[in-house]
Amino acid sequence: MSWGSWSDFFAMGGYAPYVWGSYAVTLGLMLMEMALLVLRRRGILERLMRIHGGDRS
Amino acid sequence: MMGNINWFKYSSPQTFFPVARTLAAWFGAAAVVFVLAGLYIGFFIAPTDHQQGEAYRIIFIHVPAAWMSMFLYLVMAFWAGAGLAFGTRLSGMMASALAPTGALFTFLALWTGSLWGKPTWGTWWVWDARLTSELILLFLYFGFMALQAAIDDPRRADRAGAVLALVGVVNVPIIYFSVQWWNTLHQGASVSLTGAPTMAATMLAGMIVMAFAFWFYSIAASLMRVRCIILERERGADWVAKHVRTLK
Repeated sequence: MSWGSWSDFFAMGGYAPYVWGSYAVTLGLMLMEMALLVLRRRGILERLMRIHGGDRS
Repeated sequence: MMGNINWFKYSSPQTFFPVARTLAAWFGAAAVVFVLAGLYIGFFIAPTDHQQGEAYRIIFIHVPAAWMSMFLYLVMAFWAGAGLAFGTRLSGMMASALAPTGALFTFLALWTGSLWGKPTWGTWWVWDARLTSELILLFLYFGFMALQAAIDDPRRADRAGAVLALVGVVNVPIIYFSVQWWNTLHQGASVSLTGAPTMAATMLAGMIVMAFAFWFYSIAASLMRVRCIILERERGADWVAKHVRTLK
């Protein structure tokens, strides 16, 4: 292990903006894609329920 | 001819729809496990690089993202080509479902590469063959999505997209071999099938585990998207109506 403490870890040997900038954007975009897919599915099902739903119309 | 198994059974969107859900759940779970394992190896087991210090740790997402960007393009072109050749509806839907995730990984390869280039090369960007051909890959994904979005009839959109996807395949070997063919600022391949790896075993392990994580993520995301596309395109079908009623 390369780290003496958590602050060592977060400092990334002086490269914190580059390393964490890479990981944060990667994680953020993946979570965003997942959220968009869930919302897209929900939106489609709501529209389809209005068309095919029957008893609520 | 194909024995007793009906290979075309799963090419029906209706049959594939529930299968895709199960597969997406399992691959999504596997992706989470592999990401956690890969991050642990990458940050807590892999040693500091004696040349680049800690900046090299970007490798654990940069290389897997770059591999995925090329691999997903080939898979997308394969499904697009299969749709063109056999006229199977699901093939075109699979191609459309892969494009946004492929574009995401292409962007991430460029983004992480830029953040890695600044401290190691002294520049965010350089117009060398590797970086430029990867940027062209991003435009190919965008072009594919824009073309499909511009055509109302889904079958015609599939065919037009397939032609673009297949023509663009030529760019993938250009990206891959660019570091050998041209004198690039970008370094050569870190991993090759023929030579011994040029990095510590734990660094290599972290990279491979993250590559599997991104692969499983891509499968899960594409399957979730293809389920949306199936619902949209088959919205008039009886089985969709039945499916929607069971959700109430």
